[in-house]
Amino acid sequence: MTDPHKEPRKSLNFRFRGADVALNGFAPRATLLDWLREEAGATGTKEGCGEGDCGACTIVLARNRDGALTHEAANACVLLLGQVDGAEVLTVEDLAEGANLHPVQQAMVDQHGSQCGFCTPGIVMSLFALYHRGEPATRASICDQLAGNLCRCTGYRPIVDAALETCLGEPADRFAIHAEARAEALAAIADEKDLFVGDDSAFFAAPASERSLAELCDRHKDAVLLGGATDVGLWITKMLRDPRKIIWLGRVAGLDRMETVAEGLDIYATTSLQRAMPRLAELHPDLGEIMRRFGSAQVRVAGTVGGNIANGSPIGDLPPALIALGASVELRHGEASRVLPLEQFFIAYGKQDRQPGEYVRRIHAPRLKANQHYRAFKVSKRFDEDISAVMSGFRFTLEGRRVIEARIAYGGMAATPKRASGAEKALVGADLDNPTSWSAAIAAIATDYSPLTDMRATSAYRSRVAANLLMKALLEVAGGHSATRIGGLHAAE
Amino acid sequence: MLRNRTAIPQVPLEKETAVVHKPLAHDSARLHVSGAATYIDDIREPAGTLHIAIGLADKAAGTLRGMTLDAVRAAKGVVAVLTAADIPGKNDIAPAFADEPLFADKEILFHNQAIFAVVARSRDEARRAARLAKIDIDEAKPAITVADALETGARVLPDYEFGRGDAPAALGRAPRRLEGLLHIGGQEHFYLEGQAAFAIPGEGREMLVHSSTQDPTEVQHIVARILAIPDAFVTVETRRMGGAFGGKESQACAWAAIAALAALVTGKPCKVRLDRDDDFALTGKRHDFRADWRVGYDDKGIVSAYDVMLNARCGCSADLSPGVVDRAMFHAANAYWLPDVKVASRRLKTNTVSNTAFRGFGGPQGMLAIERVMDAIAHERGLDPLDVRKANFYRPGGDKTPFGQTVEDMTTLPSMIEELELSSDYRARRRAIEAFNANSPYIKRGIALTPVKFGISFTLIHLNQAGALVHVYTDGSIHLNHGGTEMGQGLFTKVAQVVAEEFGVPIDFVRITATNTAKVPNASPTAASSGSDINGMAAQIGARQIKQRMVEFACAQWGVTAEEIVFRDGLVLIGNKSMSFGELAKTCRLNRVQLSAAGFYKTPVITWDRATATGRPFLYFAFGASCSEVVIDTLTGEMKVERVDILHDVGSSLNPALDIGQVEGGFVQGMGWLTTEELVFDAKGRLSTHAPATYKIPVASDVPADFRTKLHMRPNIADTIYRSKAVGEPPLMLPISVYCAILDAVHAIRPGSQPRLEAPCTPEAILNAIQSIQTH
Repeated sequence: MTDPHKEPRKSLNFRFRGADVALNGFAPRATLLDWLREEAGATGTKEGCGEGDCGACTIVLARNRDGALTHEAANACVLLLGQVDGAEVLTVEDLAEGANLHPVQQAMVDQHGSQCGFCTPGIVMSLFALYHRGEPATRASICDQLAGNLCRCTGYRPIVDAALETCLGEPADRFAIHAEARAEALAAIADEKDLFVGDDSAFFAAPASERSLAELCDRHKDAVLLGGATDVGLWITKMLRDPRKIIWLGRVAGLDRMETVAEGLDIYATTSLQRAMPRLAELHPDLGEIMRRFGSAQVRVAGTVGGNIANGSPIGDLPPALIALGASVELRHGEASRVLPLEQFFIAYGKQDRQPGEYVRRIHAPRLKANQHYRAFKVSKRFDEDISAVMSGFRFTLEGRRVIEARIAYGGMAATPKRASGAEKALVGADLDNPTSWSAAIAAIATDYSPLTDMRATSAYRSRVAANLLMKALLEVAGGHSATRIGGLHAAE
Repeated sequence: MLRNRTAIPQVPLEKETAVVHKPLAHDSARLHVSGAATYIDDIREPAGTLHIAIGLADKAAGTLRGMTLDAVRAAKGVVAVLTAADIPGKNDIAPAFADEPLFADKEILFHNQAIFAVVARSRDEARRAARLAKIDIDEAKPAITVADALETGARVLPDYEFGRGDAPAALGRAPRRLEGLLHIGGQEHFYLEGQAAFAIPGEGREMLVHSSTQDPTEVQHIVARILAIPDAFVTVETRRMGGAFGGKESQACAWAAIAALAALVTGKPCKVRLDRDDDFALTGKRHDFRADWRVGYDDKGIVSAYDVMLNARCGCSADLSPGVVDRAMFHAANAYWLPDVKVASRRLKTNTVSNTAFRGFGGPQGMLAIERVMDAIAHERGLDPLDVRKANFYRPGGDKTPFGQTVEDMTTLPSMIEELELSSDYRARRRAIEAFNANSPYIKRGIALTPVKFGISFTLIHLNQAGALVHVYTDGSIHLNHGGTEMGQGLFTKVAQVVAEEFGVPIDFVRITATNTAKVPNASPTAASSGSDINGMAAQIGARQIKQRMVEFACAQWGVTAEEIVFRDGLVLIGNKSMSFGELAKTCRLNRVQLSAAGFYKTPVITWDRATATGRPFLYFAFGASCSEVVIDTLTGEMKVERVDILHDVGSSLNPALDIGQVEGGFVQGMGWLTTEELVFDAKGRLSTHAPATYKIPVASDVPADFRTKLHMRPNIADTIYRSKAVGEPPLMLPISVYCAILDAVHAIRPGSQPRLEAPCTPEAILNAIQSIQTH
């Protein structure tokens, strides 16, 4: 297909129930959940919503990464089957050993953590992933891990207690005991070949190099580029689209990495949101909090930074936060590449500045200078695992107590993530110690945007909150003793 | 790290028990955690099983002119397409009033109403084919909201009211008066297992239906009605549901009927499992209400008159709305003596999916209104809302509900309130919050302590009956069956405890089996919190019959008196003889003693004459109280619940572990109803919050980090099973304290004001409430 010396591999390879599985024929759009329930007869994993929001289908993927065996919880309903290439797929049926329940299962029984039981397999798998993180769990880390697991019966308290009881640090279950053998089994099915299952009319491809990727993109300009499938999965399960050509970026060498450069951080496209979280948090704690509230653990593990940008959603959480920071995006077409300020990438609703055959390669997030202050806020009906009604990012550059430059960007306020040009201008010269000097900028939000009314919020609310968030950002940067947040930083004591 | 290890308490007992009152785990817990518990979609499919998808109307109102289904029929994998014309029986799935068809055939009642069904070889093929239909609807203007329905005047049922004295006149005489409107949002059940049914055709038109339902008997009736076959030809079985909460009572019937119809037409096993988005669109929800209230009171905040109009949006048909709206009325006074009172209701008809049962069954809406009123009085008077509540509790001389039932137990709730006030440190925390708010312009805190008094019994009197079937086998194992269904609440465990206690055997002697209309016929739905009250009694009566026969046999066989026979720890002590329970059972069989019995129970005492609004509809009341503290961001309207203290009355709990689960789970579910869960219908009647991406139920982090749940355990004054109390629904109303605490925080911005705070308290609703009291 690409490199004449390296024939693509024609079968999908993964580990399941302790054995190698090789599949050389499957529908490109097949999901892991359908394969589990309909082909493998493994009905322990449930479908609750089919869109990666409820977590009833949570499974764990084990992979060799950076010399260690990692265990990550994922939503099988919006994970395409091809994406498990090279992984060990663990489901709830794998955990118990005969009559002996796994520690997280036993704790769920002891704490009365199941009632109707339908969410339970997914919850058990999320807790299993947490157990294998190897750190003592805290209430906060448990709630983060469970944000993508809805339970309608218990009120979660016994589930959190079950996790507190078992996720104590170094894992000691049989999966840990056999970690070495499992890692070797995974190493045995790993290769650096391109994966191509199907034919030129319908295929699931996973190129292993940027060169192969570029060639595939060129040859199949109509192919869907797949990052983590947290959105493309819904095209399939909900809109019932039938994408016949899918190019998954997850195996492309060199795209799943981050690099600290002199001016900031380079995040390559397939870096998962989960892995980007701590590095973005280093740039500013608000970015870390935005990332923590981004989807759920399952979504952050699958979803990619590049996908969140390339998707072009007006309500993606990252673009406004990164635009305010002054981020840029690199697009690649074959050997050619171009770099755009991130805001210029978003042209109109559903339309991005991405040419056929081009792909998002890298995001550059600059570091704040000593005289720059940053804030980012997300407002949604629910704190965790919700889509923002309004997302906002602010960067104020100061000279003394005076604002000399402002970058302000919002999501949910227009058809694209968009800067508040009027407010930005009006803020130049504002004095942090004189709140009346802020009012022109706050008032300008009303003319910068004409937001829509939808199920998340009315237009009036969005406008009001957007203006209030600018005030909040200024209040915080100005300093002062009043609490401005109800959780996390600047919280009421 | 604070561990919210809620301690499972011991039930204080006068007489020791071996199994009942113990905190046993849910009978399916080990199966749940290993993925081995079987739900409808997990049942192993016989070869040739077909799958069903539903074809939906794309308009909310109008007339169905026709449909072109050729492309659907021609689609890959399609075996059959079913419309109203294919129904051999009556195209009617309504529980009582014949006002809701299985498939629309003339009038379109709501957006996404079922019009046809596709039967295909795979679920994926069925879903894809269903979208190829061309539906021609002559669109009419839909009525969507309460306001729309008030304008059209359409009702699903006549208006109804009851009361006492002359409320309007008493309002006129009252020293002080307030009035207001309160919008109360609906709620999607969001059971994790969506609606599902699996029909397997038998010989000679017999039909076995596996249904995820709270009401197998009603499913049986509807399947028989649709197929035009006798009830006796239909067997409905339900092992467990993946959650229900009222949403699988009447709402489970349609899918079972479609699966059965498909099985009849194709002769193959047919399964339907709704996609989550279709489930949201096709099934009823909690009723949203607008409560229009007027209250008269004195300077001390003591109410003399209350006049409330409960405008309930019932949707397109009556469904279970008669009972739901009546129950809202029954709870309009909650725990308060209202001397002159009028409780009126309108059952509004709209072009939306028919609203239905949901945990609390209208009670929560009626109760929220009066609790809102208590806060309004306190704010106007500058009093602590808790003091206003206490001043209005039922009291000697004021012990009758607006529907005339005497509150026999007047002391339990006030004593619980006193206990919680102390244990939650309410007064000191209120002072601390006031001090905080005085110095915090953007972030405000609020606190509230509210009571719950919930009436137990079906208000449709004939439903207060239950049956059970008990077999003892010759190895001592016991087969237990009853008319109740397991939806996660632990009913099967509780009833098994009762039976094990009766026979003096460990719980694992009792095999709990799937609810089945062929084993226990004519059962009532598992609803109204009645499950363990009525099925526990029926099973106990059944077990006692067998035990009585065993005792009589043993007396005759070994020449002892009944008093000399003790069933304990799997053994039977007969005078100075001892044998295993199984040995006695075997000996009984050899001596031709019947070891099977049907138990039957009907709730005593209760009566209700709706026409005259007289009687005693409830056997007893279950009580609860909770204290919630919240913090709000006045710039965004965001809110966090920081601490919750609960004291909930479960009588002599059958199983305190399961009851804690009901209390905590009910609280969080009710908190979702009042905070993050918002149903949004657009002007065309389309539900735009139709999946978990847009409809937000609580997640783990929404649960207060400081969450303290205690059970209040005193024997029920009514003669219930082991003097326990029903616990399914009452806890759902505990989080009214969350609503009131949010109101308290908003009110702190301008003390003495009357904020307009609608439920659910989304950030937008909270910001609107703040705006409603800002003077500029």
